[in-house]
Amino acid sequence: MSHNAVVIGGNRIPFAKSNGPYADASNHDMLTAALDGLVARYGLSGARMGEVAAGAVLKHPSDFNLTREAVLSSALAANTPACDLQQACGTGLETTVYIANKIALGQIDSGISGGVDSTSDAPITVSDPLRRILLKASAARSAADRMKAFAQVRPRHLAPKAPSVTEPRTGLSMGEHQALTTEAWGITREEQDTIAEASHHKLAQAWEDGFFDDLVTPYLGVARDAILRPDTSVEKLAKLKPVFGGPQGTMTAGNSTALSDGAATVLLASEEWAKEHNQPILARIVDAEVAAVDHPGGADLLLGPVAAAGRMLARQGLTLDDFALVEIHEAFASTVATTLKAWNDEDYCRGLGLDGALGTIDPSILNVTGSSLAAGHPFAATGARIVPTLAKLLQERGPGSRGLISMCAAGGQGVVAILEAV
Amino acid sequence: MSILEKTFTSAPGRAISRKAGLKDPPRLRRGRTWPSGAIIHGTIGDGSLVADTLHLLGRAVEEPVVDAGTDAPGYGQKIGALVVDATELTSISQLERLRALLRPAVRGIERSGRIIIVAREDHDGWEAAAAARALDGINRTVAKELRGGATSTLVWVAGDTTASDLLTTLGFALQGRSAFVDGQAWKVASTATKIDDLVTAPLAGRTVIVTGAARGIGAQIARVVARDGAEVIAVDIPPAGEQLAAVANEVGGIAIQLDITQADAGAVLAQHVAQRGRGLHGIVHNAGITRDKMLVNTDTARWESVLEVNLAAQMRINEVLLDPDTDGGLDDGGRIVGVASTSGLAGNKGQTNYAASKAGVAGLVIAMSSDLASREITVNAVAPGFIETEMTGKIPFVQREIFRRSNSLDQGGRPVDVAETISYLLDPGSQAVTGQVIRVCGQNLVGA
Repeated sequence: MSHNAVVIGGNRIPFAKSNGPYADASNHDMLTAALDGLVARYGLSGARMGEVAAGAVLKHPSDFNLTREAVLSSALAANTPACDLQQACGTGLETTVYIANKIALGQIDSGISGGVDSTSDAPITVSDPLRRILLKASAARSAADRMKAFAQVRPRHLAPKAPSVTEPRTGLSMGEHQALTTEAWGITREEQDTIAEASHHKLAQAWEDGFFDDLVTPYLGVARDAILRPDTSVEKLAKLKPVFGGPQGTMTAGNSTALSDGAATVLLASEEWAKEHNQPILARIVDAEVAAVDHPGGADLLLGPVAAAGRMLARQGLTLDDFALVEIHEAFASTVATTLKAWNDEDYCRGLGLDGALGTIDPSILNVTGSSLAAGHPFAATGARIVPTLAKLLQERGPGSRGLISMCAAGGQGVVAILEAV
Repeated sequence: MSILEKTFTSAPGRAISRKAGLKDPPRLRRGRTWPSGAIIHGTIGDGSLVADTLHLLGRAVEEPVVDAGTDAPGYGQKIGALVVDATELTSISQLERLRALLRPAVRGIERSGRIIIVAREDHDGWEAAAAARALDGINRTVAKELRGGATSTLVWVAGDTTASDLLTTLGFALQGRSAFVDGQAWKVASTATKIDDLVTAPLAGRTVIVTGAARGIGAQIARVVARDGAEVIAVDIPPAGEQLAAVANEVGGIAIQLDITQADAGAVLAQHVAQRGRGLHGIVHNAGITRDKMLVNTDTARWESVLEVNLAAQMRINEVLLDPDTDGGLDDGGRIVGVASTSGLAGNKGQTNYAASKAGVAGLVIAMSSDLASREITVNAVAPGFIETEMTGKIPFVQREIFRRSNSLDQGGRPVDVAETISYLLDPGSQAVTGQVIRVCGQNLVGA
């Protein structure tokens, strides 16, 4: 029982900087808006879909059923089931893989994947001691016991806890980790700034060409990605001070992704369902793989996609030469540079248990409509931004064109996938 | 809302303005509703077209009260409508019969009642032509004299127009759907298409494209044609995508974010239609912009952008959709509906560019309709007058209030009034109506 899981299309809201135009929008609001735009584009108002899977990295405890609640707020039929999934920055791709797998197995015939994140409306929680005291007070059977519990509250307990971006095992932030990787792999400042410049210029051109007219729906009056700087240049980027890796560091706010707000969705179905429902087919999901590295043991935190890509390509009998397009998520410009370098490093690849280096790619096939540096990176949404973008680009290049997606994620993980135009 | 407007619309403000002679405008009957009083059927001569059509419509009719010449007898209770069959009118002396029918009816008509005159447009002889043209003056004047939201309509027919041809038109004119169409005259020709019933979802199973559908009149057109059964393809510029998606989801249609002025706009639309595999029944060219300035301040940019969006873009789209080789093009028997404007028909200070584009739409309709007759594609337009929208809500209050009251119904129209007229033109049963420009203006004082 096997079906082709295909990408019909996608929809996202424009991405925006933290505390910008979406400062007052919740994950629920943004995910609902992204779903509604998708529903409108594909005429799915009132339709029951097989399942909707989405997630958020920064999530309020009250949003335990975020995706299901967003479905109920959307124009989809209320009897569409949903689940929340989370795999850090890989979420939007992992939810796509989850839905595609169910479709391939024949468990569902259509579904929506997605992701959303708000760094503006981030969950703030109470300190661990205060939380324990409050739980004790609520479990108390008498007023006296309750008072006893409250008596233990100290002023230092009252400071709120903001979500942290540090790796729990190493205590280093993601940027600090990547700074170590950047230095170890000898990635220069100019290399990084060139990648950042290209990202902005390519994304700006794609907007100018109307490429996103059927991929993005405006939200709260924002019609285009708000982080995008079409006029940026290597010269301008060179003026920025390093933010990671100390005073001699090469990583700046210009070649690292900004904290972002946004949501993205992907419409997936079996090939049969798409045809029966007169929906377009952009590409099929060929394969996917998740890998992880031992970053507490000293491995490069964001190079998880190397082993993932290597194993997946070997399984498929493909090489990098077989791809018309490659999308490498720009967590940092140096992530892209080190990933490319690692793919072509015989020793590193063999050290991962691969048969050898993956090789090189023509730079002209990489991130052709820009990526996260220019678009922004609402953590869980990025995968669901990349999938429809790549699927549309592959479809334009004709049947059989293959695309590779590579996404790094917190926890030393990497998610990769192959799409092929139908 | 300005302080002036708030004061005016407050309870004491309204009491004062009523005393000053500014009456509260009548509340219009809308929707697929019939007059509540009797429908009176009057004739000049022996024509049976109106009787046959009313029969098909399933409306019981009553005999008219005919004025004896000096003092008009009454109807006793309010009548809902008077429909006069004037198809046999050929002489000036016969007009007296019309006066005798109209006098008691105008006196006894209910609120939002209807006076409808059906007459032949083609005539043998000078006197017949003069008598027919006299009807136009009578219709316009009766419309101005009627009160309480009652309207008057003149329908021109051909010698071979059948009850089937006239069915949707008479149904539209009698029902609340024509609430803001007043003092107008348009033509119903003849076709081979036969229908024998007025259906509530005439567009069921048919796909209709509506441009400029994100808000205002366009959004309402989407709602009404969806109500009438159509699958709606709602189109608007990408920056309006959020509202467009909301409209599309509300009506169960699909949203296409598309700038209609881009070169491949027609191809993009056709491709979507082909993808849906349903054929295309109609397109409503509603998208339009204004760039108002007095002519002395109108530069090339203002001129070209308005003509481009309001006129040139729809011509290019039509060309693609009408090409028989286009997959996803307009079906034979399909519908094209343009949106003109009373500004275009009458001219409006500060709107040379807009008037040019909207009068152009009227010209386009007339030229295209005869060329497409062999494919049974009808081409018509509506010309809205003052309609209450977000756009007209920005006009300063006093000016807006004057615009509102400069018509025979003492109020602005609603987007639904324009939408209803468009849906009537989209109706497959309206096959005999083509090349017409119907004003939805409450008989605005300006305009032809």
